[in-house]
Amino acid sequence: MTVRTMPAQPAQDTAPPPLPWRRMAWPTWRQQRATLISVPAVLAAVSIFLLIFGLKIHHDYAALVNCPLNPGGQSGACAKLFSNFNSTDWPLGNICAILMGLAPVLIGAFAGAPLLARELENGTFRYAWTQGFGRERQAIAKLALVGATLAVLAGAFAALFAWFSQPFLYTEQMNVLTETVFDTRGLVFPAFTLVAFAIGAFLGMLFRRIIPAMAATLGVYLALRLGAWAVRGQYPVTAVTGNADLFNGYGTPRLPGFPWILNTWYTGPGGKPANQSVVSKLLDQYQSNPHPKLSLTRTLAQQGVTEWNRYIPLSRFWPMQFIEAGWLLVLALALVAATVWLVRRRAA
Amino acid sequence: MNVIETSGLGKRYGKSWALQDCTLAVPAGQLAALVGPNGAGKSTLMNMTAGLSVPTSGTVTVLGGHRAGSPAALNGVAFVAQDAPVYKNLSAGDMLHLTRNLNQGFDTPFAQARLAELGIPLKKKAGKLSGGQQSQLALTLALARRPRLLILDEPLAALDPIARQDFLAAVMTAMADDGVSILLSSHQVAELERVADYLIVFSRAHLQVAGEVDDLLGCHRLLTGPTAEADTVASQLTVVQTRRGGAQTHLLVRTTGTDDPVPPGWESHPVSLEELVMAHLRASNGLSGPSLVQPAGPSLVQSAGPSLVHPAEQTEVNR
Repeated sequence: MTVRTMPAQPAQDTAPPPLPWRRMAWPTWRQQRATLISVPAVLAAVSIFLLIFGLKIHHDYAALVNCPLNPGGQSGACAKLFSNFNSTDWPLGNICAILMGLAPVLIGAFAGAPLLARELENGTFRYAWTQGFGRERQAIAKLALVGATLAVLAGAFAALFAWFSQPFLYTEQMNVLTETVFDTRGLVFPAFTLVAFAIGAFLGMLFRRIIPAMAATLGVYLALRLGAWAVRGQYPVTAVTGNADLFNGYGTPRLPGFPWILNTWYTGPGGKPANQSVVSKLLDQYQSNPHPKLSLTRTLAQQGVTEWNRYIPLSRFWPMQFIEAGWLLVLALALVAATVWLVRRRAA
Repeated sequence: MNVIETSGLGKRYGKSWALQDCTLAVPAGQLAALVGPNGAGKSTLMNMTAGLSVPTSGTVTVLGGHRAGSPAALNGVAFVAQDAPVYKNLSAGDMLHLTRNLNQGFDTPFAQARLAELGIPLKKKAGKLSGGQQSQLALTLALARRPRLLILDEPLAALDPIARQDFLAAVMTAMADDGVSILLSSHQVAELERVADYLIVFSRAHLQVAGEVDDLLGCHRLLTGPTAEADTVASQLTVVQTRRGGAQTHLLVRTTGTDDPVPPGWESHPVSLEELVMAHLRASNGLSGPSLVQPAGPSLVQSAGPSLVHPAEQTEVNR
């Protein structure tokens, strides 16, 4: 007969001291190994790809950065550089940008939704939740370890992607405050990744099914992204109102680009509201036949129309990043708390 | 000490009660068998006792007053759920390591030796083990935690007859060596007859019988006599079940002791555990006979028979 090497537990009247958190390190690693290996592996593979093609894109970009954007003002050599860039580099960059926009929710759905839902689907929660470590603490440890790992990876990847996509800011006339660019930069990208992960875990616990939770995560995440875009202009950073010329028109752009314009309006001579039909006509004229040297603002000024802009300068990038990453982090923590509450409440 | 105490315990799923009004005290150091048909409320009671699900009404405590699912309860109670859930993609060795990490104490040498004895290779994925081996793995993990209460939900279902005997032997050894209390559910009563010290019968979400097996057997008799006299005899006794034949009738009756007088012309036989359980299950289906258990009241079970359920103090048996 098998020999016992440990005495039976003594009768205890008080609760034992909780097991140290570090005990969850190995279980989390072993159970989430698929996530913890595949996510870094995929990101590493994509990083190598981005590095190789990024070097080519930056090389092409360095050649055309001094060419005017306006085709009318381009020399034959510049036109050739642009046509080359637009036919080879742009499609690639565009696909990468779309995937980058989806990356947080892909990571979140695949890593987050099964984290607890798999235990419920397979019935293994009846093993896990009756071990001495306790179910809530197990859930907290897993969510914290996996979530932090994903956020760090996402942050590093966002830095690489920022370098990769920098040339497109010029050619696509975007800037770091453009919605789709802001989303993939700095702290906001890892914050979105963390929130998507937390949404996945929460919905997995709510539905107790992996596939429905993944599908719902996609929907909730997209709604959240659109919501973030809607409120981003309202962040408490100082917006500037002025009639300065923000563009070089289709001339050489001012890098790092123009600010994020919240709204634009026009006044006529003497500061009175401009005649809308006159302004529309002038705008149409400029769009169909832009002046090679003069910007729109200055073209309008020649006709006695003043262009006013309310805009957020690019210097507000980091304050806005902190604000957005901050509320996303709070949301992620709230979702984690709700998930743990469900773990506590949800019963067999 | 009572290893499990429930009071007015109930669990409702949607509109239907899976368990209702269950008041029970299971003494420590025994193998308590929980029997009843499928859907009778056995798993529901076990899940609540293991702290997996929360009662809709009433309370359940374990190990002398700890709320089920509390840290002290989780620490001292090991639960092997129905179908012995293990992580299919983890090896047996990984499951050992996992369980060691998740618990206060874990007897790794014992677990390794037991798996070796059972011929379960540590490197093999749990999902590749046979159903019986998975059950044995789950039992090994539970035993190696050195629990004070071991809850086994239908552990025999996946096992072949030889494995069943081995499994029960392992459970009995743990009881003898460590003084572990066992709560084991099954719908195969015959196999439990030799091992169960305490019997709990459930039917239709209600507790039907609870008591020490020896006492229950001691106070039930099977009387066999002419059918013509059956009604007269039955009217003077507490009849649990009546099986009427053409000439002879069998009455399963509750007595005050084995030396109760037998009506002239009748024969008295001791009953088997299975007969007793079946009689009570039939009775609970509204066929005949009183329930042994009146769940209300602090003294757990008040019954006509003698000490069907003992007050906690009296049940500290020396094992």
